[in-house]
Amino acid sequence: MMKYVCNVCGYVYDPEYGDPDNNIEPGTRFDDLPDDYECPICGVGKEDFSPEE
Amino acid sequence: MSDFFQPVKLTDTVYWVGVIDWDVRDFHGYSTMRGTTYNAYLIVTDRVTLIDTVKESFVPEMMSRISRIVSPEDISCIISNHAEIDHSGGLPRVASMVKPDRILASKMGVRTLREHFNHCELNLEEVKTGDTLDLGTRTLRFMETRMLHWPDSMFTYMPEEKLLFSQDAFGMHLATAERFADLVGPTIVYREMAKYYANILLPYSDLVLKLLDHLEASKMKIDIIANDHGPVFRRDIANVIGWYRQWAEQKPTNLAIIVYDTMWGSTQKMAKVIADGIYKGGGRALIMPMGGSHRSDVATELLHAGALVVGSPTLNNNIFPTMADVLVYLKGLRPKNLIGAAFGSYGWGGEAVAHIRGYLEEMNIDVQSEKRVKYVPDDADLDECYQMGITLGYRLAENSQ
Repeated sequence: MMKYVCNVCGYVYDPEYGDPDNNIEPGTRFDDLPDDYECPICGVGKEDFSPEE
Repeated sequence: MSDFFQPVKLTDTVYWVGVIDWDVRDFHGYSTMRGTTYNAYLIVTDRVTLIDTVKESFVPEMMSRISRIVSPEDISCIISNHAEIDHSGGLPRVASMVKPDRILASKMGVRTLREHFNHCELNLEEVKTGDTLDLGTRTLRFMETRMLHWPDSMFTYMPEEKLLFSQDAFGMHLATAERFADLVGPTIVYREMAKYYANILLPYSDLVLKLLDHLEASKMKIDIIANDHGPVFRRDIANVIGWYRQWAEQKPTNLAIIVYDTMWGSTQKMAKVIADGIYKGGGRALIMPMGGSHRSDVATELLHAGALVVGSPTLNNNIFPTMADVLVYLKGLRPKNLIGAAFGSYGWGGEAVAHIRGYLEEMNIDVQSEKRVKYVPDDADLDECYQMGITLGYRLAENSQ
């Protein structure tokens, strides 16, 4: 599963671990995150994330 | 009675109780040739509140100022708008002296303060955007400003005085005995504020624009900006906010910043000829030799530029170390809308120019041209440098229209 990087602060969303701060279960793909998902560090939305190269 | 270390009254209820750091010249890699201040503010109503603290070593000076207004134990609440140590370093000591009922910070602020001061118990409470705190005759409203410039950053607004406690935003590293920006030379204020923006806030320019739009839409009236560094603004607030918008937009100008270092003068000669060409083509150029310029001053000049042109000799098959320093630094600041070029001399190998191109491309700078010269440039080489400058000058003039 593809990891996504926050363009603003560099946080990496890793689907394997999910995002406990936002109650996202491990195994959740980035595409399946809710539309109002926010970066747990800097608070920007999904549109400010890019696939990790 | 001695009357040094006096607070400064800003409004009926708000006092500056910060400290002036005349001595600091290096602020985590940013040259602060005019020193700085760490601003803290005391709000004196029925519930005395302290906004931010200072670097740990300056706590006694801040406490002296506070003691001239109230007894420190009267402080019932401390607000941490920013968890960086120059504003929070004094918090554990102040909290142990004052024993406030509450210490408030944003959600990320609480987390960050805990990660800094894990050795002491601070009774931290989270506040979020829109939360308010009733101080009797005054109110405080909180607004998270994440990544401006740390995850924890937060504004605190007092509507009754139209006063914005803006933490590092709208600040500058500038030590002055005057507490209001309108009492300081306007050129110095502009210059130091631009330097602060370029070196601290530039990477978050998109968020700055969003915040400015939000402030405009919310019709928040601001008469006073009480920042965490440098003098306080009580006049020309629209100008100050306008500067931030201009810097955040990063519209390219016709100015090229040429940074270089040199071993035997060849790369230096190329820099000067490229600069001449840029003028010929309709642009402007500023040459900054990295043997004596500070990376943070390059960042400041780049804030008002349209091109970054970089020259380095090849030393032991590598880019010259001073050039790696400035390029790594600038890359972190994520400048936008720039064109660029690379040049340099070499004896053998000649890898430096390719290294420069690599850095510039990683910064999404549109690299127009490059030029390498073996040992010493001859007339034909210098003609090529001149042509390279002319083409850059055309593009700069075009892009800045």
